[in-house]
Amino acid sequence: MKTMVAVLTVLTVIIAFWYAACLPMNIKGVLTQAERAGAEVVPVGAKERRDLGAIGLVLGNQFAIAATWSQDRPRLPAPHQVAVELWKTTGAMVLKGKPMSKRSLIFHGWVTLSATLLGFAMGTGLGILLAVGIVHSKVMDMSVMPWAIVSQTIPIIALAPMIIVVLYSVGVQGILPKAIISAYLSFFPVVVGMVKGLRSPDAMQLDLLRTYNASANQGFWALRLPASMPYLFTSLKIGIAASLVGAIVGELPTGAVAGLGARLLGGSYYGQTVQIWSALFAAAILAACLVALLGVIERVVLKRMGMSA
Amino acid sequence: MVMVIVAALVWCGGWWLNARLANGPYADRGAVRLLVPVIFGVTLLLVWQLLVQGLQVPMVILPAPTDIAVAFAGNLSKLWADFIQTFVKGALSGYVMGCSAAFLMAIVMDRSDFLRRGLLPVGNFVAALPIVGTAPILVMWFGFDWHSKAAVVVVMVFFPVLVNTVAGLRETSAMQRDLMQTYAASYWQSFFKLRLPAALPFVFNGLKISTTLALVGAIVAEFFGSPTVGMGFRISTSVGKLSLDMVWAEIVVAALAGSLFYGAVAMVEKMLTFWHPSQRG
Repeated sequence: MKTMVAVLTVLTVIIAFWYAACLPMNIKGVLTQAERAGAEVVPVGAKERRDLGAIGLVLGNQFAIAATWSQDRPRLPAPHQVAVELWKTTGAMVLKGKPMSKRSLIFHGWVTLSATLLGFAMGTGLGILLAVGIVHSKVMDMSVMPWAIVSQTIPIIALAPMIIVVLYSVGVQGILPKAIISAYLSFFPVVVGMVKGLRSPDAMQLDLLRTYNASANQGFWALRLPASMPYLFTSLKIGIAASLVGAIVGELPTGAVAGLGARLLGGSYYGQTVQIWSALFAAAILAACLVALLGVIERVVLKRMGMSA
Repeated sequence: MVMVIVAALVWCGGWWLNARLANGPYADRGAVRLLVPVIFGVTLLLVWQLLVQGLQVPMVILPAPTDIAVAFAGNLSKLWADFIQTFVKGALSGYVMGCSAAFLMAIVMDRSDFLRRGLLPVGNFVAALPIVGTAPILVMWFGFDWHSKAAVVVVMVFFPVLVNTVAGLRETSAMQRDLMQTYAASYWQSFFKLRLPAALPFVFNGLKISTTLALVGAIVAEFFGSPTVGMGFRISTSVGKLSLDMVWAEIVVAALAGSLFYGAVAMVEKMLTFWHPSQRG
């Protein structure tokens, strides 16, 4: 309860701050427009105002305050503008019966989500396989593991434009190139986490299995794999967030046709700030939902396994 | 065709050598531990080179390592300028600003229970979001030069450092805090003598995660607009010109910068947290 109150207070303060920040951010644009429309602005002329402090301008032209929250292409859109845009491009589209129209964020979100999920599945699958190999083969452990760790310090995302273009030139396009970038980003966290997890049973437990005369295979299915589950879920949560970032960045260099990344890029080309912000929030909501979904699955699975703390 | 067969032979040879070393009697020596991954890496490079030459893979799909090395050596001054622009000006300055802001914020949050309760869930939530998406907005606000890249980096590194530092500052046990109290230590005395050292492993965990994020932020922000210099700019324009050797050279620079940055932070960590169990032995 106390936490709820605190979180709500913090959120209220953030939103209030956001509204307040709209004033100095947007005032110059608003004043220029107002002047063109014939309103009296102090001081006269955009050139005169250019070097003045934004806060002084707000105080000198208080009639313009309301306008800073409802500008067409603001530098910083007000929260309600973003919320309205989000509703217009999602809920309202559904009500109109065309949720998959090109102007709908559901359509763009789905494009990104499908690439994310496909890539996440590929990356996780390969990551788990490699981790199993690393745990079972000392050669693989010693030769691959250091590279897997080093590769986490490398900004892999720099490869994204190249992967897209190269795959395009060999004739692969659509969802797959983006999914490959997603897979690549979720691959290494899963490998590292899974190796840690498969190694987590302590000597005592391994010895117990040995006294049962269990084979390596039985030991894997009965002890190592179950023991690795908490580690797996932790890295899955990191992996899916990375996958989403990968899919979004993967949409940038293709010239942006569809997807949340395309909305971001398109918005920045045409100065449609409200569109950028709504795409950003859509991506944030998507990421939060995916991580929360994995959290629920984790809780259910660990509970069924009797491992929930 | 010969090259392909040679490549297969090289691969098998490298693997055999590694298998001998890894299962041999000296497998736990430091030198062998270093040698095995190096052999693996060299084998991979050789196979890459041989396959690209043997199958005559065109440059626009995958350049050979030698092509990349030539492009790297031939464009040193360009690459250096990109490195300065993106890494030193963009990533490093943003990293320092973001990390110090997050650290100070964490101390404030630690002093007030209310703030911690309110901000920590929000911070945890934001840390999982695709923050790179703020890049177009920040580029619009701060212009095309490195300032906007530093701003993206600040936003990206802020939350991981914040969340980790707050968690670290709560790491001391009641017993330890009581001991400080019996010494009549003031808040700041117990902060510098007890809680800050205890938090350092967590802080460095956040700092290490942030090294990669800083580079990612600086590079991706350049995809949304940049002056005609910078790693992200070079990558996207070179991809457009299909000169993939240059792209790979730039990726080599990014990889070197990323791992050196991480290594430097890890080294500072080792010096400051030498007492921690994970650093001993």
